[in-house]
Parts: sequence; C-alpha cells; structure tokens
Amino acid sequence: MIHKYKLCGYNVVLDVNSGGVHIVDDLTYDMLTDIEPPFGDSCPQAVVEKLSHFYKYEDIISCYDEIVAAYKEGILFSEDDYEQYAEVAVASPIKAMCLNIAHDCNLRCEYCFASTGDFGVGRKLMTLETGKKAIDFLIEHSANRENLELDFFGGEPLMNIEVVKQIVEYARSKEKEHNKHFRFTITTNGMLLNDDIVDFINKEMSNVVLSIDGRKEVNDRMRKRVDGSGCYDRIIPKYRDLVEKRGDGEYYVRGTYTKYNLDFADDVFSLLDEGFDQISVEPVVTDPKEPYALTEKDLPVIFKEYERLMHKILDYEKTGRKFNFFHFMLDLDQGPCAIKRLRGCGCGNDYVAITPDGDIYPCHQFVGEEKYKMGNLDEGTFDYEMKKDFAKMHVYTKPDCRDCWAKFYCSGGCNANNYIYAGDPRKAHRMSCEIEKKRLECAIVLKAIRMGESTDPSEE
Amino acid sequence: MKHIKTINKANLKATAAVGGCGKCQASCQSACKTSCTVANQKCER
Repeated sequence: MIHKYKLCGYNVVLDVNSGGVHIVDDLTYDMLTDIEPPFGDSCPQAVVEKLSHFYKYEDIISCYDEIVAAYKEGILFSEDDYEQYAEVAVASPIKAMCLNIAHDCNLRCEYCFASTGDFGVGRKLMTLETGKKAIDFLIEHSANRENLELDFFGGEPLMNIEVVKQIVEYARSKEKEHNKHFRFTITTNGMLLNDDIVDFINKEMSNVVLSIDGRKEVNDRMRKRVDGSGCYDRIIPKYRDLVEKRGDGEYYVRGTYTKYNLDFADDVFSLLDEGFDQISVEPVVTDPKEPYALTEKDLPVIFKEYERLMHKILDYEKTGRKFNFFHFMLDLDQGPCAIKRLRGCGCGNDYVAITPDGDIYPCHQFVGEEKYKMGNLDEGTFDYEMKKDFAKMHVYTKPDCRDCWAKFYCSGGCNANNYIYAGDPRKAHRMSCEIEKKRLECAIVLKAIRMGESTDPSEE
Repeated sequence: MKHIKTINKANLKATAAVGGCGKCQASCQSACKTSCTVANQKCER
C-alpha cells in the first residue's frame, strides 16, 4: 500500500509497510496513479500513451524502471506481513500506570473530560495505602519489564502532593529489590506550584506536562477558577520558573484547542513567545453537542491551520531557533519498531489507570465507565479477559485501520476516543483520524524541508 | 535516481523480527493523554 500527497511543492509518496518516504517528480506521482504490482518488464502501453501527452517517452520509461527498482528493493508497494506479530503481545506485562491521585480539581475547565475533576464519581483523594498497592500491583504485573512508568494525574495531582511524594519514595525503595526503574511523570494545572513542589518535580519527574491553552483570552475562556476567573496570570510565572529551573529536563506545555480557537497556531506561538519551547496543543475531546466541540465541518479550517502552523514554524526556524511541536515530531529512522506500531498506547493491556478507590480501568479516559472497570486493588481483582480483549485491539482488528495508510504512525488511534465518540474502542473516530493524518502529512514535509531536500528529486 | 528520492534510511520490516522489547514509553504518557501518535516515540532498545 502506498499513500501519496502534495504539500508545499513536494510530491510525497509513503510506502506504508516499509515506512519508506519518497520525494518524487510529477511524472512518478502521476504514474503511481495508474500502476501497481505485479510489474512487467516494461511500462504498460496504456499508461505510456496516457502520460505521453504530458511527459517525454524516455522519461516515462526511466521512471517506470525506477519504480520497479524501488519495488524490488522493498521500499515501494511492500507487503504487509506484520499481522503474524499482532497476537504476540496478548500476554504482555503491565508497564505503565496512570495514577489518578486526586479526583478533585481547583479549576473548573469547561471542556474537562473528567467532569471538572471527579470523573463523575465523587471528589476524593488517593490515600498512601492505595498508592502503595498500585505500586505493588505494577511491580507484580510487570514481569521482566525494567522501565516502569507512573503518571500522576487527576483531577489536579498537586492537591494531593504529600501522597505523591510518599508514593515516589515508596516506589524508589522497591526499585533495587525488583530490578525496576520507575519513570515518573506528572500532569498539572500549575495552580499550586511553589518552590518546594517545583524542586520535587524537577528532581523526580522524568517529564512534566503543564496545562495551558495558549493566549490569555483563549486560556481564560475555558480554564477557569471556581469563581469564574481565568488562571493564566497565576500559572504563567510558575511555569516559567519551573522550566527555567528544569534545565534540559523534559517537559511540555500542553493546551487544548476547541471551536473557539481554530486559529490555534497563534496559541502555539503565544506559548513560544512566553518562553516555552516544548509545546503540545491538541483537539478537544468532548460531546459533539457542546458549543465548543469540533465537528467534521471544522476539518478544512483545522487542516489549513496545521499548514499555517507548519509555515510559522519554518519561518521561525529561518532565524536559527528551534522548538518542538509534539504532533509534528517524527523520527523516520530511529522511531518505534513495527511491533510497537501495531497497537497504540497499550491501554488495558500494558497500561492501566487507578482511581482513588483503587479501581482499575484501561486508562484515565475510561474512568467512571462501569463496564470497563477491570478490577480493584483492595479486592485483589483484575479482569484478565478484559486485558486480553484490549490486547487484541490492534490495527488488524480495527476495520477502519486495516487499510489505512496512517496505521503504523497512529497505531490504531486512541481507544478511549473511539469509545467516547463511536461507542466502540475498535471503531475509529473519523474526525480524530483525519486530524491525525493531516498532522502526519505536515510532519513528513516538515522533515523533508528541515533535511534540506529539494522538491525536485533529481537535484542533490 | 532521477525521479525518486528516498529520504528515510530505515526499513520498518527490519524492526519486526527484533522489536517488541517493551522498553519504550507508553505513548499516552508523554504529552497527549487525549490522543495517540506512536510514530513520534523513541525506540529505547
């Protein structure tokens, strides 16, 4: 399977199964509309005749030869033979956990999928006892996985920071005995950050996600305090302080865009102007009936906006500076292996979420969906059949993914999004898919431009 | 090649037989928490 598209003067051809990325000339681009394996010794006469209206005969012949050579090399029209590996990871160890350390929040963000912090199941903080049980559960179910990930999530995790600190201490005390290495991350709205917490985060958290939507007016329209006032002015200096003290440590300022800010490229650059260089801004996940919800009608505008963002990034880079936009990051050479790419986040299989009550869910976005409760730490229960079912959610069991060109980039998408929008984790949410595909197309062209590639493949 | 220029060096096929070690990060933990992109993750083998 191949996917071809034009963007920024480039003709791009992706070979889906080998991961091959090719810049081609117009002739090749047009020829690939009309030919596919099996290939004969010479270009089919009908194709020659069609193309000879626009291209020279000798070019058509040499182009066909190049396509066949790339095919023989296994980088064009390569076979999809990964399905045999899809069942391998069914009994996968659990290696990652989202700890909903606080089902409470000090903000009342309008779009919150956690129902302003309590996930619709009541405001509650996790106890140290439950946190310890979660660590024990993770260690016990991680088999030979050495790197274990624990994300402190909420609600707002800083509302329960003392327990966070004690859980980190407990987990660290278990590392040597069990030959594990914990990587902690935390996602915060920043309201409670102070010097002590900043020092703790920068010492213990391998990554910190700082929530903010971009421009002040955009942020404050959705991210409000209990009294209705915006949080921007309070969090900006705190985030700056944390990032400054963090040095080279990983972090992201992460925002959500909605129908209210379809010009979100300006929010990305607003964050950049505020001094942040690791930025993620993502589409809102919400009930389509909400006035700020994104709908398929918004897609053309969203697509244009990603292109605008790409151009803004390129203009910025011309000044010799750089920053990361999370969804444009793509490593064409050292990226994840094919096995990893068969399933997305691994939720419900090698990744689970724990609530303050010790309930186990496939991920934080499934919390509160009773039928997806996988077990409980106090009761010592865990539904291995459900784990197996989630393990079988991969690109070959999701009908819309099987024949999609983007399947090895998004790996089947977000199961929770699929469930929330389409009622079934295996059923792709078309709008999320279209946005993901657009981001990938932009990311690939951005890569080509950064590599100094000419739009003309004959040029060195 | 006059008509086609390949810009990536690795072939995904070569990673299938040796992959799946599980050392890499769960994709949702990095920055998104509400979507999924796997291809921007790093191999940590």
